[in-house]
Amino acid sequence: MIKFFLMVNKQGQTRLSKYYEHVDVNKRTLLETEVIKSCLSRSNEQCSFIEFKDFKLIYRQYAALFIVVGVNDTENEMAIYEFIHNFVEVLDEYFSRVSELDIMFNLDKVHIILDEMVLNGCIVETNRARILAPLLILDKVSES
Amino acid sequence: MSDIVEKTLTALPGLFLQNQPGGGPSAAKASFSSRLGSLVRGITALTSKHEEEKLIQQELSSLKATVSAPTTTLKMMKECMVRLIYCEMLGYDASFGYIHAIKLAQQGSLLEKRVGYLAVSLFLHESHELLLLLVNTVVKDLQSTNLVEVCMALTVVSQIFPREMIPAVLPLIEDKLQHSKEIIRRKAVLALYKFHLIAPNQVQHIHIKFRKALCDRDVGVMAASLHIYLRMIKENSSGYKDLTGSFVTILKQVVGGKLPVDFNYHSVPAPWLQIQLLRILGLLGKDDQRTSELMYDVLDESLRRAELNHNVTYTLELLYRITNAQNVTVIVQKMLEYLHQSKEEYVIVNLVGKIAELAEKYAPDNAWFIQTMNAVFSVGGDVMHPDIPNNFLRLLAEGFDDETEDQQLRLYAVQSYLTLLDVENVFYPQRFLQVMSWVLGEYSYLLDKETPEEVIAKLYKLLINDSVSSETKAWLIAAVTKLTPQAHSSNTIDRLIQEFTISLDTCVRQHAFELKHLHENVELMRSLLPVDRSCEDLVVDASLSFLDGFVAEGLSQGAAPYKPHHQRQEENLSQEKVLNFEPYGLSFSSSGFTGRQSPAGISLGSDVSGNSAETGLKETNGLKLEGIKKLWGREGYLPKKESKTGDESGAPPIPQESIMENVDQAITKKDQSQALTQSKEEKEKQLLASSLFVGLGSESTVNLLGKADTVSHKFRRKSKVKDTKSGETTTTHNMTCSSFGSLSNAAYEDNYYLNTLHDRGDKELKKFSLNSELLDSESLTELPLVEKFSHCSLSTPSLFADNNMEIFHPPQSSTASVANESSLASSFLEETTEYIHSDVMKVCNNETISVSSNKVWKDDCLLMVWSVTNKSGLELKNANLEIFPAENFKVTEQPGCCVPVMEAESTKSFQFSVQIEKPFTKGNLSGFISYHVMDTHSAQLEFSVDLSLLDFIRPLKISSEDFGKLWLSFANDVKQNVKMSESQAALPSVLKTLQQKLRLHIVDIIGNEGLLACQLLPSIPCLLHCRIHADVLALWFRSSCSTLPDYLLYQCQKVMEGS
Repeated sequence: MIKFFLMVNKQGQTRLSKYYEHVDVNKRTLLETEVIKSCLSRSNEQCSFIEFKDFKLIYRQYAALFIVVGVNDTENEMAIYEFIHNFVEVLDEYFSRVSELDIMFNLDKVHIILDEMVLNGCIVETNRARILAPLLILDKVSES
Repeated sequence: MSDIVEKTLTALPGLFLQNQPGGGPSAAKASFSSRLGSLVRGITALTSKHEEEKLIQQELSSLKATVSAPTTTLKMMKECMVRLIYCEMLGYDASFGYIHAIKLAQQGSLLEKRVGYLAVSLFLHESHELLLLLVNTVVKDLQSTNLVEVCMALTVVSQIFPREMIPAVLPLIEDKLQHSKEIIRRKAVLALYKFHLIAPNQVQHIHIKFRKALCDRDVGVMAASLHIYLRMIKENSSGYKDLTGSFVTILKQVVGGKLPVDFNYHSVPAPWLQIQLLRILGLLGKDDQRTSELMYDVLDESLRRAELNHNVTYTLELLYRITNAQNVTVIVQKMLEYLHQSKEEYVIVNLVGKIAELAEKYAPDNAWFIQTMNAVFSVGGDVMHPDIPNNFLRLLAEGFDDETEDQQLRLYAVQSYLTLLDVENVFYPQRFLQVMSWVLGEYSYLLDKETPEEVIAKLYKLLINDSVSSETKAWLIAAVTKLTPQAHSSNTIDRLIQEFTISLDTCVRQHAFELKHLHENVELMRSLLPVDRSCEDLVVDASLSFLDGFVAEGLSQGAAPYKPHHQRQEENLSQEKVLNFEPYGLSFSSSGFTGRQSPAGISLGSDVSGNSAETGLKETNGLKLEGIKKLWGREGYLPKKESKTGDESGAPPIPQESIMENVDQAITKKDQSQALTQSKEEKEKQLLASSLFVGLGSESTVNLLGKADTVSHKFRRKSKVKDTKSGETTTTHNMTCSSFGSLSNAAYEDNYYLNTLHDRGDKELKKFSLNSELLDSESLTELPLVEKFSHCSLSTPSLFADNNMEIFHPPQSSTASVANESSLASSFLEETTEYIHSDVMKVCNNETISVSSNKVWKDDCLLMVWSVTNKSGLELKNANLEIFPAENFKVTEQPGCCVPVMEAESTKSFQFSVQIEKPFTKGNLSGFISYHVMDTHSAQLEFSVDLSLLDFIRPLKISSEDFGKLWLSFANDVKQNVKMSESQAALPSVLKTLQQKLRLHIVDIIGNEGLLACQLLPSIPCLLHCRIHADVLALWFRSSCSTLPDYLLYQCQKVMEGS
């Protein structure tokens, strides 16, 4: 199961965080700092999976942005690793060539997209068209 | 229960009314739309935890006031929620907003409602007491006739729902399992999964319905039910053995590719679904030989398919990597074969990118290259990366070293396209047609046999083809337009004009009219559309002086002068105040336009003096006469000036040989204007131009922040290129920007037509900024991909190199430390000492030498002085100091940077002048010093120095009058209120701080307002208007540069905090 989903940039600034198990607000920042630290300390050649406390981190880097997913040991690392890329592809399609600023200015929409893909720590949808459908309807209605 | 909840919620606004703090909300409303923007901006500019805390606390207190204000609309509330999410994400408590999230979910419609639900799911946890307040809303939305609302309610139920309230919604959700829409059924299953997680007993009775979901005709619904089954089987595998056959069948269908193709991920059919099924089968087959036997076949099949797929991807990647000039034809051949049979979009995009790259890199000959690219365009068509056609066209246009070779390549391309177009009943992708039309338009002149008329006829045939999109038609007409001056007979052209000037598509019609008018003057057309000059720079009359006559005429007929949007807003705000204090007559202009207010006068009056009525009045009158009346008199635009401008830029045809000269003129013009030495006409024209287009500029500043790269920037870039390249070397990146930067069809006419087609000016400018935005935004493609593309964009510096987002990186901690300055200060060259300079910082040292640096802020540049001291008793030879090239900076070595001999215990200084290329927040210069000890042993030492934008800011000494004029002419503005402690909040001390720390020149002080001016080297002016009101300092920056105000504001806030 997925415990949390983070987008953090190289400077350690959190751009998006979503927890699937309750963590106190003040403990989150601490956790995020540690998580990004352990990702940043690794080189390109090193594996993208890290044993971290009692769970595992799976991360991928896109430009200056890290996407880090924390999972427990029932989860398949490769599945999550590819899932991260799938998520980015969805964002890329929605924002047409997504950038860090797109994410910052549209935090709500990125969350809405993520909510379509992950619920209760489970991957529930990976089909790009289906993930974006509800959001596209919302966009269309609020435009008119 | 639910009644009470409803009552509580409806009573809430009333409750909040009572403790609403004064002032905040109504003022907040005006600038509300940009609040989220400025928070994001604030967050990106953060450099320390301390700053973050300050920013967020400020944000939270402003949010507290806004969320509880009765004037806050739902739309504003939606934005507030996003800001609250930001605050909590950064670790700050925003619990005061939770109740409003629930309210928004209840009252908002669609997107607002969704954000309300989103905020609830992020803010609250399962056992939060406020969650009960959500139940009624959920129940209502579940019963809504609007499917979008039902979806939202189901989503939120699957995320977070109070266990004890499940019975309130369970029947509703069970009903949804029979819904006709798959998405509703799917989400209902997921909601039931949630209930199963938190209260399994409550969903015991619907197990039979789960089975129905497992057999649903829709893949998504079936997949959702697997979550429930995985869980139930984990708890009790023996109870579900009978389902083994079903799971096996499902997996068989998945791996057999029976699912709709959009469930594929990189040509693997629904991999996550496969994993889920395998997990379930694993649990069912555990310690059970008989059940396991049922699965062997499908497991074998899954494994085989997975390997196969893996192998294909691997093989292609391998082929791509081993390609060289010898094997390229074979490998590309293989890749093309695979490309023709693959159907999945991602594979196609990926593969055509690789093929195009290889073709460009290793093409053995022209024919092969063009044919390969034809295949790429035909198959990749409209899904491929836009860089591919862009790079291809750039390659054709710029050519290589050998001109004959280039011409052959172009000729071959032209011939090949003509052949392709001759084939009947073949449809090419729109992008391919666009490439063809550009190439045919540009290079058909190389043909021997075919005449331009024949080419035009072929293009015409495409134009009347219904399957061609209107965007492509625009490209086609553009090509025809280019060929028209070369054609002798104009039958087809006449027919085309006749047909398309009545086209229903406005864009196509516009192009047809342009062609029509140009066609009337072939001479003009020839000079406007010269042959093979696509890479040349073109002069753009930035001041839009050709519009002067048109505007003058309009004004003389009583039209109101154009006011940009923000100016009108200002007026509205200030007018109310002004009218309270003044007699009516005074606010009307005494100049030419009877009964019309002079916009410039009023707005400046209000801008500068706001609530001090007296000075406001004086300025209003004074400036009206200066700024407006002289230019637009009673009799309209002054004829004398008109003739002058006509000479300068009014005449559209620009002879080819004078283009370079004109560009230079234009640049000097701009420089001069920035240095405030421009002629009166120039000033007036600029004023006119900027007020015509001022809205565009400021808009992009607000919205796009880091990405914004507006028109003024573009021109500057152009001039930069001019500096470095001389003579007839062609400029490169203008071409992407102007011709193919994006899909925008009409973009390339920006250059060609801007001089003549005045009524389109404003549209074009928008495109300009749009293009550059596209180019500059850094794509979030994965790293290796970026590297790949950076290879093909060797000549495209703007694509990835120009990464504006980097600007916001917090600075590295300064590595420099202060050294004792006294001993070194004496060694500076004399000429440097007359300028203000920084303290000496030690930047690096070893046992032999030590290097320290200091900054000398000269009037025209930043002079970096590095002093190298030879500490050893030995003589050093060939001491050489070099600075690495740095983004944003142009570093010029002053004479004497290589010292043949450095005596023992001596000090030498090396000087570099540094110019800035674009604004930034923090930058850094690094370099190294190398030397030989005793001829043999050589050593090298690296160092780096941090630079701040302030190093390039100089005071701009101007009069208040000039300030007023400049203020109006600048398009980019940024406003910000800074809260200060009471002790700070006095205008003189603030101005003093700004003068000392930021090197701003104090132009004038009027009451509680101050006017300041500065320039960013070499000559970008920026003006600041500041006003103190109670303990708030209102800062208002304007500049000709879009990004400078933002950066200065940042610096300003920093010094204000520091003081």
